[in-house]
Amino acid sequence: MSLINHHLTDALLMAYSAGTLPEAFSLVVATHISMCDECRARAGSFDSVGGQLLDSASGEALSDDALAATLRLIGGAAPEPRAPSTRRAPSTFPLPLQDYVGGDVDAVRWKRLGGGVRQMILPSSSDASVRLLYIPGGAAVPDHGHRGTELTLVLQGAFRDETDRFGVGDIEVATEDLEHKPVAEPGVACICLAATDAPLKFNSMIPRMLQPLFRI
Amino acid sequence: MNITGKTDAQGALGAYSATHHVCVRVPGKVQLTKKDESASPQWAAEILAIRDRQDQVAFARLFQHFAPRIKGFLMKSGTPADVAEDCAQEVMATVWRKAALFDPSRASASTWIFTIARNKRIDVVRRERRPEPEDLPWGPEAETDQEDALALEQENERLSKAISALPEKQRNLIQRAYFGDLSHRELAEETGLPLGTIKSRIRLALDRLRHEMK
Repeated sequence: MSLINHHLTDALLMAYSAGTLPEAFSLVVATHISMCDECRARAGSFDSVGGQLLDSASGEALSDDALAATLRLIGGAAPEPRAPSTRRAPSTFPLPLQDYVGGDVDAVRWKRLGGGVRQMILPSSSDASVRLLYIPGGAAVPDHGHRGTELTLVLQGAFRDETDRFGVGDIEVATEDLEHKPVAEPGVACICLAATDAPLKFNSMIPRMLQPLFRI
Repeated sequence: MNITGKTDAQGALGAYSATHHVCVRVPGKVQLTKKDESASPQWAAEILAIRDRQDQVAFARLFQHFAPRIKGFLMKSGTPADVAEDCAQEVMATVWRKAALFDPSRASASTWIFTIARNKRIDVVRRERRPEPEDLPWGPEAETDQEDALALEQENERLSKAISALPEKQRNLIQRAYFGDLSHRELAEETGLPLGTIKSRIRLALDRLRHEMK
């Protein structure tokens, strides 16, 4: 695992732990945590905050037969045995992402966006969208700003923009303030998982016209 | 830890002996020694008793403590009472079915049950999928390190005290985040997040992960 320099924010981790993020963002967060020990530890700690809140919460009385009803749900079945752990072959995509793609990087059904850039939109709830982006080495993603929040997680290669360099495992959290022009580093193509809760604002005419067509 | 709730549970179960779970000894399995009545490792011991012996009395005790809290938690998140009741029962049924996945060195009982309740809310109330991180590969032993489990419990006790000692405004902020009243964007704009309270918990969890992966 390469060294990860750009991590999730506390706000995103807390919202993921609380279960209030849009599905598209949760996918990016879960994929980053799969690659990043530090954010895994932070996420676990936010979960423990939730556990403490649950433990100290005032309860609501249940119906008299609630325990009996729950035992009926269980139906006398023994707890499920834990599946034996298997070390799986190394892959470009962590498992949560593979669930959405239907496999690793070779299973992606890319659609061309022009300039060698490709994308695949992944299914998610409608409050945000998430896609895979393929940017050939040295190529640029069209210059754009943001109306909402955009998360970009690098899965292969690297890109640079006005703020820094982002390599495998790094996540960029962009808000309204950031106008940026990400450029893939020369060499291997850069593959990113990107989610946004608002349409991107493109700064030139052609991408703007194409926007409804490509749903970006 | 709510002492009243626990006393109710013991009363409801009559003959159940409070000393029953002071030390769980199963050859080759984790042992959790409970030092005093108010420490929470007992809930972990109950889950392990379900895993190892299908212990229905242990399940009843867990149910008495957690089911009303799950229902309350879901209602505070805007779930109608009847849906919250059904969800609380389903969450507790999941606690039974998935007891073998519980690892007290990774999460306390209340944390683990919180994550099940949260996922139930996303599934039933929001009708969405919840992408989960890839699980770490289990070590060759796949057994809990008791020292880690106790360290985690102590850290969670500290976290619990730190949260209850927070000024009203900050505690309120955390509650609103977890009950779904604050979006991630609103959270990002809040500067009053009392994150110092979880810093040592994070360090411990990271040490544990690095130890596990080496």
